[in-house]
Amino acid sequence: MVESKHQWKAWLYLLPAIVLLLVFTVYPIFNTVRISLLEEYGAMAEMGLDEGEYFNFGLGNYEKVLQYKDFILCLKNTAILCVATVPISTILALLIAVALNSIKPLQKTLQTIFFLPYVTNSIAIGMVFAAMFNIVDYNAENILNSQSLGIINNVIQFFGGNPISWINQGSSYMANITVMIVYIVWNALPFKILILLGGLQSINKQYYDAAKVDGTPKWRVLTRVTVPLLSPMLAYVIITGFIGGFKEYSSIVGIFGDKMGPAHDPGLLNTMVGFVYDSIEKDRQGLASAAALILFGIILVVTLINNYVIKKRVHY
Amino acid sequence: MSNVINSNSVMQAKDIHMISTGQKVRRILAKTGTYAFLLVMALIVLFPFYWMIISSLKELSEYRQAIPTFWPQKVMWGNYSKAFSQANLGDLFMNTLYVGVVSTILSLVITVLSAFAFARLEFKGKETLFGALLATMMLPGELFTITNYITVSDLGWMHTFTALIVPFLVSVFYIYLLRQNFMQIPNELYLAAKVDGTTDLKYLWKVMIPLALPTLISITILKMMGAWNSYIWPKLVANDAEHQMITNGLRNAFTDVSGQADIPVQMAAVAIVSAPLFMVFLFLRKYIMQGVSRSGIKG
Repeated sequence: MVESKHQWKAWLYLLPAIVLLLVFTVYPIFNTVRISLLEEYGAMAEMGLDEGEYFNFGLGNYEKVLQYKDFILCLKNTAILCVATVPISTILALLIAVALNSIKPLQKTLQTIFFLPYVTNSIAIGMVFAAMFNIVDYNAENILNSQSLGIINNVIQFFGGNPISWINQGSSYMANITVMIVYIVWNALPFKILILLGGLQSINKQYYDAAKVDGTPKWRVLTRVTVPLLSPMLAYVIITGFIGGFKEYSSIVGIFGDKMGPAHDPGLLNTMVGFVYDSIEKDRQGLASAAALILFGIILVVTLINNYVIKKRVHY
Repeated sequence: MSNVINSNSVMQAKDIHMISTGQKVRRILAKTGTYAFLLVMALIVLFPFYWMIISSLKELSEYRQAIPTFWPQKVMWGNYSKAFSQANLGDLFMNTLYVGVVSTILSLVITVLSAFAFARLEFKGKETLFGALLATMMLPGELFTITNYITVSDLGWMHTFTALIVPFLVSVFYIYLLRQNFMQIPNELYLAAKVDGTTDLKYLWKVMIPLALPTLISITILKMMGAWNSYIWPKLVANDAEHQMITNGLRNAFTDVSGQADIPVQMAAVAIVSAPLFMVFLFLRKYIMQGVSRSGIKG
């Protein structure tokens, strides 16, 4: 294409990108693995000792992380949030996308509305959700004596339900997790709707015409025509949903603040990413690295399983 | 054979005609149901925004009423100025703008040069290098953060804007996006320019950049939004007053989420922080949605 004397030019253009990637991407990959294998790394650096002389190579950090009660809690929280939010948001997004695809008037307006949560700051809007679930002057003895129950509880009462302490003092783990699931699903919908609607709009109309001629019922068209033809996009939003779910962090900061839990039990809702950052801040780089690599391992396994299932189930 | 098909379709046409009124009713019902579902979902999606705005305009005493009001009885614009000064939003805004603009410009230059090299120039190991770059996209960012934290502190960059800008200048994803775009521009244009003695940089500036402008705009928007929404990394390396980014400042100024906090002022601050994002979305929706969906389907 272009003579070889220009080779040096290509490298010149690539130089800034390559230098930065070497320092901030490639080196960290190896170094993080190394640190994760250095036992007592953080403590040694603090004492000003040369780690090269005193460290022990081993799996100590991994053992320690896995025995850590906090880490197990983070793992559990992350897994619960993932398993709950990915199916809910995917099914809701699919229904909304199919409904949007079947209408003409208002389609563009509704599409814009459904995309709106994507362009928000997840910490800022988390504070709005916190305010909606918050009880003003919560009365622990009798919740009904609280000053104001908050709009969510008002709505629940309107439909005949009982108000609950969602995020206040003494709120239960289940209530906290429910709030997080609601917020994460709300946040996850726009991306999924966008991708699924894009997929729907590229499906050939002939399939639907054929189904119409055959008089196939609507739900059957959905499960037998739409979903199979949409399976590559569905697979994509599910995989990215799981990866995003395992990296959940800032949505919890948005609702509970950086204590990552209700006032009476800080850290109750901490996640794997939160654990990594806490460990960095506490100068326990060894633990942080081991936890980050465990997180990477989990994401890798989930992706591989997904890819395997997709190969078996995704049509065309 | 053709007779059979013919009589079949005639029968079907008759069937359709016969049940047409019933079908019409069912179709109207289905349409109504679809719209009802979509409108309810749209209301749920919009409600937090509505609640944010009306709460931000309420007097504290009105906000605390047991029976909620759905429109402020007395509109308190003062909450906004209070929020602005209480969270020091002016300084936070300038810090974030500075980091956003500098990192976007530098990042665009680096991305354009690399995408050009990958799309138009021939050199040994090009495919291998590009493949290696793409492979790094699979790794979660947390893996880099730990070492980068140590690197940044060894370099003496703690509590500087440099620490907020430099580690994230190169995005393999943007290089990939722009390379795809550059490759769609016919190579003949480049060769013709070469014959005319046009330099690479001039060609880039005069031909490729104008043609790839939509992608460059998408990258700019996503990069600016990234700066606006960044929280974790700034919290680690530059959480001091002079370098604080807007999201960190917002979260730090209102730590009290469930106590006696002045929620209307808090909501006003949230609305101020959210407003620029909505403005960008309103005017540049096309580019954002394009950027996001392209990141999805091509992969």
